[in-house]
Amino acid sequence: MEIAFWIIAITCIVSALLVVGVKNIFHSSLWLILCFLSVAGVFLLLSADFLAAVQILIYIGAISVLIILAIMLTREVQRGNLTNKLKIPALFVVTALGGIMTYMLISSNWTSSDAPPPSTTTAGLADMLFGADGFGLGVLLTGVILLVAIIGAIVLVRDK
Amino acid sequence: MGLTHFLVLAVILFCIGLYGALVKKSAVVILMCIEIMLNAVTIAAVAFNRFASPELFTGQIFTLFIIAVAAAEATIGLAIIISIYKNRDTIDATKIDLMKW
Amino acid sequence: MTQTGLWLIMLLPLICGALIALGYAFFCRKPAISGYLGIAGVGGSFLISIWGLIGLLGKEGASYYAPGFSWFAVGNSIDISFNLSFDPLAAIMCFVILFVSLMVHIYSQGYMHGDKGYPRYYAFLSFFTASMLGLVLSDNLLFTFFFWELVGLASYLLIGFWFTRPAAANAAKKAFIVTRIGDVGFLAAIIILFANTGTLDIHSLNGMAEMGLIGAGVVTIAALGIFAGAVGKSAQFPLHVWLPDAMEGPTPVSALIHAATMVAAGVFLVARTYPIFESSATAMLWVSIIGAVTAIFAATMALVMNDMKRILAYSTVSQLGYMMLGLGTGGIAIGIFHLFNHAFFKSLLFLGSGSVNHATGTFDIREMGGLSKPMPVTSGTFLIASLSLAGIWPLSGFFSKDEILAGAMDGQSILFILALITVFLTAFYMFRLYFVAFGGTYRGKGNPHESPRVMSWPLLILVVPSVISGLLNAGGGFSSFLGEEVHTGFFEGLFGILLHPLALVSLAVAGGGIYLAFLMYKKKSLSPAIFTERFKGLYMVFSKKYWMDELYEGAIAKNILMKGVFAFMAFFDRKVVDGGINGFFIQKVLFSRLFSRFRTADERIVDGAVNGVASITLEGGKVGRKAQTGQLQSYGIYLAAGVVVLVMAALIIW
Repeated sequence: MEIAFWIIAITCIVSALLVVGVKNIFHSSLWLILCFLSVAGVFLLLSADFLAAVQILIYIGAISVLIILAIMLTREVQRGNLTNKLKIPALFVVTALGGIMTYMLISSNWTSSDAPPPSTTTAGLADMLFGADGFGLGVLLTGVILLVAIIGAIVLVRDK
Repeated sequence: MGLTHFLVLAVILFCIGLYGALVKKSAVVILMCIEIMLNAVTIAAVAFNRFASPELFTGQIFTLFIIAVAAAEATIGLAIIISIYKNRDTIDATKIDLMKW
Repeated sequence: MTQTGLWLIMLLPLICGALIALGYAFFCRKPAISGYLGIAGVGGSFLISIWGLIGLLGKEGASYYAPGFSWFAVGNSIDISFNLSFDPLAAIMCFVILFVSLMVHIYSQGYMHGDKGYPRYYAFLSFFTASMLGLVLSDNLLFTFFFWELVGLASYLLIGFWFTRPAAANAAKKAFIVTRIGDVGFLAAIIILFANTGTLDIHSLNGMAEMGLIGAGVVTIAALGIFAGAVGKSAQFPLHVWLPDAMEGPTPVSALIHAATMVAAGVFLVARTYPIFESSATAMLWVSIIGAVTAIFAATMALVMNDMKRILAYSTVSQLGYMMLGLGTGGIAIGIFHLFNHAFFKSLLFLGSGSVNHATGTFDIREMGGLSKPMPVTSGTFLIASLSLAGIWPLSGFFSKDEILAGAMDGQSILFILALITVFLTAFYMFRLYFVAFGGTYRGKGNPHESPRVMSWPLLILVVPSVISGLLNAGGGFSSFLGEEVHTGFFEGLFGILLHPLALVSLAVAGGGIYLAFLMYKKKSLSPAIFTERFKGLYMVFSKKYWMDELYEGAIAKNILMKGVFAFMAFFDRKVVDGGINGFFIQKVLFSRLFSRFRTADERIVDGAVNGVASITLEGGKVGRKAQTGQLQSYGIYLAAGVVVLVMAALIIW
């Protein structure tokens, strides 16, 4: 198990770095897809099988496609992946933030339980989402959000 | 692997995403980095779920909602970017600064 | 009469006057309405005052009282408040003032018809009436003084009504200034009284004076001071010079102010504070002396005047002298009774002269003559009023004059002789006026005709009291109303008076005067020219008004004051004061040169500090605004940095 974790973790981090680093925007979107894939692998490591599937379906299947569409539409490929003037301050701030968070993580006492995770999460998730005493309202609201997003997107980009 | 490993992974991913969001000129790339940040958060949520209370699926539910909302947000964000591109022929974040001094 | 009614007596004319003043633009378009408004105000007050007067009749020592407001109060000791008090004296004065004012208001509708300042005129008239009423109704000496001054102001406004004429403007100024000189005395009296008694309430002061609680010296000075004010206001010698010049104002104004009311204010004041005068023999003596001297003094000047109004003006001065003589020798009732009678026939005479002016366009009697046929009403009423003024039985003037003579005879023989001579002169000059103006043939260039009804009706109405007002005291009713003891019955007083030797003497003297005038001016058997020749010196003196105007304006004002006192003061101011300041400034300049080295440092530090603060703000702003880049990502960095700071702070604190 450990090796799997390390491989997937390294892939994740490296691909994220490459998203930020490569010159070609299209390439960075491809590295983004790889990042999403490795996140799905992390989910599998954490015994969240349904979630891994959802991750691949939605992030890679929909959002990445959307991003590539946007890249193509705005002809960003010609310009390239440039950075602005704030590199140094941003680096400074980000490292500070990261350092603090890591320090806090490592030095705090997490309560952990040794209960084994359930083998299939789908039934449990369904029960919590749609069952009584669950997040049904949240699901409905999410649906509304998605509706609003669709309508908004249409309104924003249509020709007058 | 312990909880801390996954959490450190999430933190590193978050910081990379934050750096990218603050530094990049192209709006689409900024959006991509925001997605990376969201993913980092989901990793953390699921890790907490797995190690703290695996029989309650709270973290995973949370993640599902995050994913759904992230999808909606990416949609709208990209629609805005396309709209700006149509108006100004650029999506350079440094050039979109009307509210300056 | 209710308290509201009492306040309304004073306030109604004031309100009407204020309304006319406020709506001036409106009234300029419809002037007649301002006249009606003025008449309404005065008429209403008149009715209320009659109601009050009736309420007081027959009751011994009754009076109405309306509390007002406290004007100035310090602790428990000093309290000056304005209340209204309607006792018999005030009731009589109100009646006189309002009756004559009402007649003048009605008369002015005709006399001032077409004048551009018609609404202004009525506003001033109402203001004057209100001030005069306040004067007589006030029960606090300080407020009497206030209204005294207000009356002087109203007089100034009305005398100078046609202010575009320099003569009128100067006359108004002269009136105000001369009366002001007298008012200094009045004010001094008020101060002395207040300092010694702590109150200015008239009833309290009178009570204290009667009981002898005010010191002898104080009471004399106070009385003389009050009398000084009366001398100014009532045009006694030596402050009489303003009254003849005041004839520059419209004739109804002369009738109201300078015959019946304002000049009577002085007499009223003395009567009001009479216990103070009674406590001081010196003051009473001075009052009588000045009264008698004024009477004969003015009568001599009236002999040689050719302007109808000037004759009447000097006649007023002379009669006021009589009133003062009456007050000084006899008592309140005698002086006030003559005031009462005089108001009616003198205002009648003035209104009649206004009527003549309306018809002939002039006041100069040399240009008149033979007016009795074309102007029967005017000349008839004028004749009756002249007879009354001369003191012919049974008209009103006889009774009051006779009582004054009787009072003078008892006390001061010299003054009595002066008064008797004045009777002769009065009769003479009045009938000189009558025969020259109304007898003979018309010498002028106008077209004499009777005045319109609105002007002749007041004349007819005023004839009634001119004839019968004397009868009010025949049985002593008037005197007892004012609180004096009286012993005769009505008819006994009316006819029995003729049995007194004094009455016969005065009638003879007056008749002699009339006869002399008749001879000289009607029958023309004696020529006035001979008299002028024989008494050339006296004629000179009289017609030059004893050179008093030259004295006041020439010698005193021009030479002594202007060239002397004021010039010295100006010199002093220029040389000493300015020189001193300049010298001081020179010093300062020297000084500042000494310290000039430090001046730059001071400038730099102080200015630098002030400017520095300003520029810090400016520069800070210039720098600070760079933070607003408008770029999302810089804001994002600020956010992240803020989070870092907060977290570190939280870590450190915990």
